[in-house]
Amino acid sequence: MAQLTLVQALNQALRHELREDPRTLVFGEDVGRLGGVFRVTDGLQEEFGERRVFDTPLAESAIVGSAIGLALAGWRPVCEIQFDGFSYPALDQVITNLAKYRGRTRGRAALPVTIRIPSGGGIGGPEHHGESPETYYAHTAGLKVVAPSGPAEGYQLLRAAIRDPDPVIFLEPKSRYWTKEEVDAAAAGRLGQARIVREGTHATLIAWGAMTARCLQAAEAAAEDGVELEVVDCRSLVPLDVDTLSASVRKTGRAVVVHEAPLTAGFGAEISARLMETIFRDLKAPVLRVTGYDIPYPAAAVEAAYLPDLDRILTAVQKVLDY
Amino acid sequence: MAFTRRVDQEAVALQRQGELTAFPPLTGQEAAQVGSAYALQRQDFAFPSYREMGVAIVRGVDLVEYLRAYRGDWNGGLYDLYAHNFGPIASSVGSHALHAVGWAMGAALDGGGKAAIVYFGEGATSEGDVHEAMNFAGVFRAPAVFFVQNNQWAISVPVARQTAAPIHRKAEAYGFPGLRIDGNDVLAVHAATAEALERARAGGGPTLIEALTYRLGAHSTADDPTRYRQAAEVEPWRAQDPLLRLAAQIDDEDFTRQVVEEVEERVRDLRTRLLSAPRAEPEEMFEFVYAEPPATLAAQREELRQWHS
Repeated sequence: MAQLTLVQALNQALRHELREDPRTLVFGEDVGRLGGVFRVTDGLQEEFGERRVFDTPLAESAIVGSAIGLALAGWRPVCEIQFDGFSYPALDQVITNLAKYRGRTRGRAALPVTIRIPSGGGIGGPEHHGESPETYYAHTAGLKVVAPSGPAEGYQLLRAAIRDPDPVIFLEPKSRYWTKEEVDAAAAGRLGQARIVREGTHATLIAWGAMTARCLQAAEAAAEDGVELEVVDCRSLVPLDVDTLSASVRKTGRAVVVHEAPLTAGFGAEISARLMETIFRDLKAPVLRVTGYDIPYPAAAVEAAYLPDLDRILTAVQKVLDY
Repeated sequence: MAFTRRVDQEAVALQRQGELTAFPPLTGQEAAQVGSAYALQRQDFAFPSYREMGVAIVRGVDLVEYLRAYRGDWNGGLYDLYAHNFGPIASSVGSHALHAVGWAMGAALDGGGKAAIVYFGEGATSEGDVHEAMNFAGVFRAPAVFFVQNNQWAISVPVARQTAAPIHRKAEAYGFPGLRIDGNDVLAVHAATAEALERARAGGGPTLIEALTYRLGAHSTADDPTRYRQAAEVEPWRAQDPLLRLAAQIDDEDFTRQVVEEVEERVRDLRTRLLSAPRAEPEEMFEFVYAEPPATLAAQREELRQWHS
């Protein structure tokens, strides 16, 4: 077990997959010689050569569109979109083709494409560098949507995503890129399973990506006041592990969903609806959401006021406890 | 070509009879499609748009499995793309050009000797994906042939409203050869496409071919071309009908009569098989979304099954 940052853990996952499957390819903007703007692909071109790890022209739609063609030719592409806000030029290829090709070919053409997208805010980035696009992808049938919360999760889930027979949108929480954690390179991940990060009895905090760590901080703060919060990391939004979420909330009777993306039609609404549909009688309070506001992602100087923080999370917890 | 023309007419008739939901006819473009498709080898891969039935025929695709897409049974067609190296029917204009380039990049990584050809119209050359595809193909020297059927009209919009520059010259900007050919001369089409494919297979990179042709019919069975073009414009193109030109070159009336008879029989058979093919069942819509359906999807399928049981 090694102490790795999320960047290093993802790099290890890519390295191990490239080693184990000679059909795996890594490509995107600046992923070759530079090793990616976040260095996630650092040293991969050196080890695996320009044939399997290569830079592309600056064109996101073409990165995804050519990944589809490469997959049709029997390759296993892992492509990088440099930032969340730049994933939209490729959205047409993702929705129109990547998600639908298995169906369009009656299952004859599987597209095991993984699209890595550094996501979320909190790093003081310029415009288009702090967005949380998960809902766009989660709403598109045919895709899997995975959002790891830290290094150990990142390593396991990225390997599982690359091996998955379906296209996977892999959202990397960039504000967690430099967090260190013990990573077990032997542990295999599986998509579609949520994880209880912290056990508690009074209410459940539900999150994914960077907000998982924030919920843990909130739970620790609440514990000082004698409130024991359970924290669940969804890990994968599609498929969503409704069973684990509802089992937790059935136990605590109260839930707060926390995400960086705006409130309206955010994925928190889906989770809230699922809980209502499955365990309505066990709920002791309405499911609340603590999210970004319904505005374009704001400028760096004020992003801290946009992102869910401990005060907002704990206020929502108090509301469900007082209900 | 004669069979393609006759099936095309039959498909329009079937739509009028309510047997197809819609159909985009290709009459007038047979030389461009059939001539280029015969230049393909078995290992090459063709990526069609939605109007390439002539290519499908040459690639050996069963037309029942092809036309059932237009019967509304399954989007993309029911044929096996790998059995014929002929991609699914692509209705999103131009986006499949990138798949052809990706496939070509993959073929090159596997050692070469194969080429991709992608079919689209002059209207698609206004789409960003086509330009990104040509740029990728140029940069990676992908063994891809961009085959543009410039049939003069994108539904109601003429080519002059799509681009201010000749289409074949766009290749220059991406660093590979582009040529304009008489798309109604089947032998010219075949020769030009064979040369481009051979260069691609040998590692010589991509080619853009602009085949000048004309869509003699409507954009689709839902379209009415009298609203946007004059009969006087169409007439000269009727004189350039690729079938008439080929018949004149063959210059053998017995032979052409024999072809027409054979074609009639094949079309009768096709019609019978198409109309007796099973129709899609609602439950099928849940198939092939994922390798393994997630729990939520399995539950929805079960719900639908109960509604229909």
